[in-house]
Amino acid sequence: MKTTSIKPGFGRQLKNSTSLGQTIRNSLTMAYRGLLKIKRTPEQLFDVTLQPIIFTLMFTYIFGGAISGDVQSYLPVIIPGILVQTVITTSIVTGVQLREDMDKGVFDRFKSLPIARIAPLAGALLADTVRYTIATTLTFSMGYVMGYRPEGGLGYVALAALLVIFCSWSMSWIFAFFGVIARTASSVQGISMLVLFPLTFLSNAFVPVDTMPNWLQWFVDMNPISHLVSAVRDLTNTGSAGWDLTISLIGALVIVAIFAPITVRAYMRRT
Amino acid sequence: MSKKHNNIDQGKREWAVEARGLVKMFGNHRAVDGVDLNVRAGSIYGVLGPNGAGKTTTIRMLATLLRADGGSAKIFGHDVVKESQIVRQLIGVTGQYASVDESLSATENLVIFSRLLGLGRAESKRKAEELLEEFGLTEAAKRPLKNFSGGMRRRLDLAASLIAQPPLIFLDEPTTGLDPRTRAQMWETIRRLVNTGSTVLLTTQYLEEADQLADRIAVIDRGRVVAEGTVDELKASVGTSSLHLSVQEAGDMAEARKIVEQVLQVQSSISSEAGKITAPMANADLVTDLLIALRGQGIGLSEMSVQKPTLDEVFLTITGHGVTDAEQTTAHKSKQSEEA
Ligand SMILES: Nc1ncnc2c1ncn2[C@@H]1O[C@H](COP(=O)(O)OP(=O)(O)OP(=O)(O)O)[C@@H](O)[C@H]1O
Ligand SMILES: [Mg+2]
Repeated sequence: MKTTSIKPGFGRQLKNSTSLGQTIRNSLTMAYRGLLKIKRTPEQLFDVTLQPIIFTLMFTYIFGGAISGDVQSYLPVIIPGILVQTVITTSIVTGVQLREDMDKGVFDRFKSLPIARIAPLAGALLADTVRYTIATTLTFSMGYVMGYRPEGGLGYVALAALLVIFCSWSMSWIFAFFGVIARTASSVQGISMLVLFPLTFLSNAFVPVDTMPNWLQWFVDMNPISHLVSAVRDLTNTGSAGWDLTISLIGALVIVAIFAPITVRAYMRRT
Repeated sequence: MSKKHNNIDQGKREWAVEARGLVKMFGNHRAVDGVDLNVRAGSIYGVLGPNGAGKTTTIRMLATLLRADGGSAKIFGHDVVKESQIVRQLIGVTGQYASVDESLSATENLVIFSRLLGLGRAESKRKAEELLEEFGLTEAAKRPLKNFSGGMRRRLDLAASLIAQPPLIFLDEPTTGLDPRTRAQMWETIRRLVNTGSTVLLTTQYLEEADQLADRIAVIDRGRVVAEGTVDELKASVGTSSLHLSVQEAGDMAEARKIVEQVLQVQSSISSEAGKITAPMANADLVTDLLIALRGQGIGLSEMSVQKPTLDEVFLTITGHGVTDAEQTTAHKSKQSEEA
């Protein structure tokens, strides 16, 4: 050990608060940690890599003929649907991993360091946007391989991708909330699936709405996921932005406005 | 020490830790029940106690990880609740269970902690290398922690607590589960830390460890400090060594125990599974009398030995009950908390 002596504990000029700059730096470091963990355990990327590939293949060939006559004309319908479904599902992982992380010994160290309290939460939410990006890119690539050529062009596809990533990020606040308040990681997974399954399947993601019974149509039209899917279809297939895009963005912002504060509050209380 | 903060009472400046009446409840269970501690800056302070005594809970409250239900604590004069962020800048914590990231390598762990503590990218790398070298972990630096032995994990954990060179370090059972050689290395490390000016507050279940390292010791039992003083003071109260007797006939146990207590004039304890009587031995001369008395009653001995006092004896002497009692009452609770 080096014999450099340690500055005494008395008479130091220390601040009891954390600056905004430090909060951002700490959050970025925690996000970097999240990315490193993804790199070290690539198997946790299975969901974002395999799901887009398998689902796209499966749904397209199963439903393609029945719904749109042939596979080729089903692609513009199904790719945006699969995209939204896959990427939104990915956001569950945020809550599950947050819970797992908070139960680990390393979290005690984070709590004992003079860092912004919020950094571990913010870092986790930030790092997970990488997962959404991977899932989005893979779904579009898969579609391209199968012959999907979006009319809207590359620029609008990129916009649609950003929209989906942003909306998934907003949704991840909901799951982060479950993650903070739940007792175990598997219960987070359970609750989240329970919420998400009806939302993604009772939407216009896979089938045309007019084939459904009236009462279901009513729900599907209300479902924010349907609006997001329509917005993505508009952007990619016609290069247009309409009312659905506005509703999706408003919905995402409302979710963040509600869940960010309560998640942060619950998180601060738990840590 | 600088004279900048004249508003701090000079008389209090010697205390790195001042805790008054700390209380922590878990449900109806008083895990910590009015603990007072004073730790002088620059010293090693040992907190000694059996499983479930409340050592970890006490440390967690002092380290701002857990909020006390009663009492208060100051670290270098700063309140752990009101000035928690200042306190965190003054402490390093090595918890009972490794607080490092299992899925990352040793270097990555140290780099991330360094970055969080405000070091730059290059500086963090250098710091990590330096610490790994110091703790003999350079070769394992790139390996994932999953393959680390208990001793390596412990050292990495301690290394991570030293990044910011904190003037106060909490070590919760730093050597539990380490082999004798690794334990001796850890002791050496702790001594060097204090030589550089740190204050160390450590918990342990081993009297020997407290004996080797600590300037002062507090003995905790069932959430209370039952004894406090220097190692010598504490030992004097226990006797320097203890006598262990096994009788040939199990039926003679009670009689033998009575004779032991009469002749040595102390309390004895019985460990039933081994059929052994244990008693503190203040005066070695009395053993002759004891053996004669036992022979006189026709009680045959199968084994007799004299040993240094163990935590058992400290407890027996100070609390009037053995370690096992405390364990039994809290055992099922600690199980629950481990599961949670
Ligand atoms: N999170 C918790 N919830 C409920 N009870 C707890 C919790 N943490 C500790 N306890 C209880 O508080 C008591 C003191 O526990 P603590 O961990 O402080 O003991 P300890 O002295 O560190 O013991 P050990 O030597 O086993 O580490 C025990 O009875 C334990 O069961
Ligand atoms: Mg403990």
